[in-house]
Amino acid sequence: MALTGIQIYKFLPKTNCKECGFPTCLAFAMKLAQAGAELSACPYVSDEGKAALAAASKPPIRLVTIGAGEKKIEVGNETVMFRHEKTFVHPTGLVVRIKDTSSADEVAKTVEAVKSYSVDRVGMTFGMDGFAIENASGDSATFVKCVEAVSSKSDLPLILMSSDASSMSAAVDRVKAAKPAIYAATKDNIDQMIELAKSSGCPLAVRSSDGLGELAELTEKAAGAGVDDLILDPGVRGFADSLVTLTQIRRLALAKRFEPLGYPVITFPGEGASSLDEEAVLAAQHIAKYGNIVVIDCFSPAAALALITLRLNLYTDPQKPIQMKPGTYQVGEPKETSPVCVTTNFSLTYFSIAGELESAGWPSWLVVCDTEGLSVLTAWSAGKFDAEKIAKTIKGENVAEKVNHKNVIIPGGVAVLRGELEEELPDWKIMVGPREAMAVGGYLKENWKS
Amino acid sequence: MPDVEIPLEKWTGKVKEVKIGGGGRKEVVGGGESTLPFLAFESSNPNPPKIAIEVHDKEPTTWAAPLLSAWGDAVKDPGTWAKKAVEFGADLICLKLLSAHPEGGNTGPAEAKASVEKVLSAVDLPLIILGPGVAEKDNEVITAASDAAKGQRVALGNCEEKNYRTIGAVCLSDGHIAIAKTPLDINLCKQLNIMLSDMGVPADSIIMDPDTGALGYGIEYGYSINERVRLAALGGDAMTAFPILNHAGGEVWRQKEARASDGVPDAWGDLEERSIIWEAVTATSVINAGCDIVVMCHPKAIERIKSTIEKLTGK
Repeated sequence: MALTGIQIYKFLPKTNCKECGFPTCLAFAMKLAQAGAELSACPYVSDEGKAALAAASKPPIRLVTIGAGEKKIEVGNETVMFRHEKTFVHPTGLVVRIKDTSSADEVAKTVEAVKSYSVDRVGMTFGMDGFAIENASGDSATFVKCVEAVSSKSDLPLILMSSDASSMSAAVDRVKAAKPAIYAATKDNIDQMIELAKSSGCPLAVRSSDGLGELAELTEKAAGAGVDDLILDPGVRGFADSLVTLTQIRRLALAKRFEPLGYPVITFPGEGASSLDEEAVLAAQHIAKYGNIVVIDCFSPAAALALITLRLNLYTDPQKPIQMKPGTYQVGEPKETSPVCVTTNFSLTYFSIAGELESAGWPSWLVVCDTEGLSVLTAWSAGKFDAEKIAKTIKGENVAEKVNHKNVIIPGGVAVLRGELEEELPDWKIMVGPREAMAVGGYLKENWKS
Repeated sequence: MPDVEIPLEKWTGKVKEVKIGGGGRKEVVGGGESTLPFLAFESSNPNPPKIAIEVHDKEPTTWAAPLLSAWGDAVKDPGTWAKKAVEFGADLICLKLLSAHPEGGNTGPAEAKASVEKVLSAVDLPLIILGPGVAEKDNEVITAASDAAKGQRVALGNCEEKNYRTIGAVCLSDGHIAIAKTPLDINLCKQLNIMLSDMGVPADSIIMDPDTGALGYGIEYGYSINERVRLAALGGDAMTAFPILNHAGGEVWRQKEARASDGVPDAWGDLEERSIIWEAVTATSVINAGCDIVVMCHPKAIERIKSTIEKLTGK
């Protein structure tokens, strides 16, 4: 359980030497309790204190890294059941499965499609995170060849899937430096898999075929042998079973601090689904409810876009919606005659409208009001996007000096503000734009005379 | 083998059951949960989430291409549309009286009554009837709709913070269910439920629409509001213990991801596939967060979610 500031304070020297940068040991302890400082900032804390604090601050769900280098996948360290309680922290890893029974051509094609897949959203770029290569052939040489083929074409992290320890060993050997995950230790092969994980330093996935008791038994065995970077596969696949079991694992880890299940979870929605769209819906459930690595069988751009978007949405910190800094932004290279559009500082709103203006070929002045990160209608109904706010922003930003006209376009969703805004900005002509960003090109074509 | 004792939540609250339909019409029951969605190991939630299919009182000329091609000519008439919705597996019909919007036809009570009667006589499913979302017109057409559907216990909306009295009173006098709509805010949600209750609307006659955004457009707000409201209800707060309704379809089909095939990045893939997945993923997210009635539009997304609900509930 996380310690309170007072509990941490007991381990500090209580000398108020200020070397940690805080005025008192108590202030430092309080900051530590909120994870706003590092214990290493205190040069005088005893080893005993360090050990006690480290044990107490051990995360209930271990952070596990798959892969090495910039593109590595980090999952785990989650501390809540519900995102509104704090936030989900390490976004679900989305990886694509390749079977070694596929032809070399098919493998090359999938690798190319997945590694080059990239989407832009709210000013950031996202893609798929890795490959799971399955030894479906059962043949060791075929598996190794497939692993080499994938790793020679992509530097995305790998999950190697085989129940045969010698095939696994041969494959791991080829790509050891890239720290692939080993999938999976089961009750039949756990000893060999533990050895392999130990000697290679790779994370080890553990799969149970008989409930959480067996799963816990296997992880305890691995942890007891010194393999700490574990990933759980409770062996359930369908909608209901995976929801229930993944919820139970998260609860056990968080509420009970049950260490044998305090690891990230891997899921295989394709094995619980019979079509591409069903797989996507089950994968969506796993993103929302407690999957940390989701292995996709049917890679399709449309489904990938939906899953990447859901992951981005649900892993956004509810306390800090993705926001833009309020101000005047230039879309393209606007001139004095270019349109002036008003919007909110919810980043999605901003990027939607900026993107549409750009793709429709309208260099513009985009005036972003501070709505505390809320979208147009939400901000309006919360009283954070009203005529007064818009007028104040237009004046404060000296928009009138940037253009040679006095026309300002407000979002169609807040058409009701026109009257009030005309009173607030008597020199300006208030134009009501479309409700949806995607219609802005057509709107300007129709209504903007420069 | 280590003994793994599954922690069970001891919830004290329970969501009210709300029955829609009756009077010769099929009945569906929403709510009744005594734990979070689909956690059958903890407690039984007696009523699986229901799917309401959106039907408009006028032809939706600006609808997205995948919707228009899926529904074909059925959308030209609300009665035909509703019949088709039954074929596509609707549990309820959500009739939107959009033609009453001042900028969309500005029709009045007589037209509203006619549309409601058409749908009532075309199908025997329970109805949700919504106004165009403009306070004055909502009151006008929902009053007429209420009268036309007397005795058949429909759900009427939307009751909003600044405009709940008329629809609330109409529900009260005609024995209908009030839909309380609030903008992504648990406190406003609770407050509106209290105001409706204070008016005398019985607890078995309130459904909440705490609002949601589509996937990519604020789904996280809808998701978290659903979870917060439901957790409050299970924790014993009677004023949040009502069934939740979410407009997954309406939100999704406004968005570019469900509409645009040209001028979008290749990474967006095929429009038809993308739009259906967009609606299905939005719907599954709100259902996993506590939604009882999800309003949807595309037959293929509906089929997918129907099967998902069946698999989640074993029903």
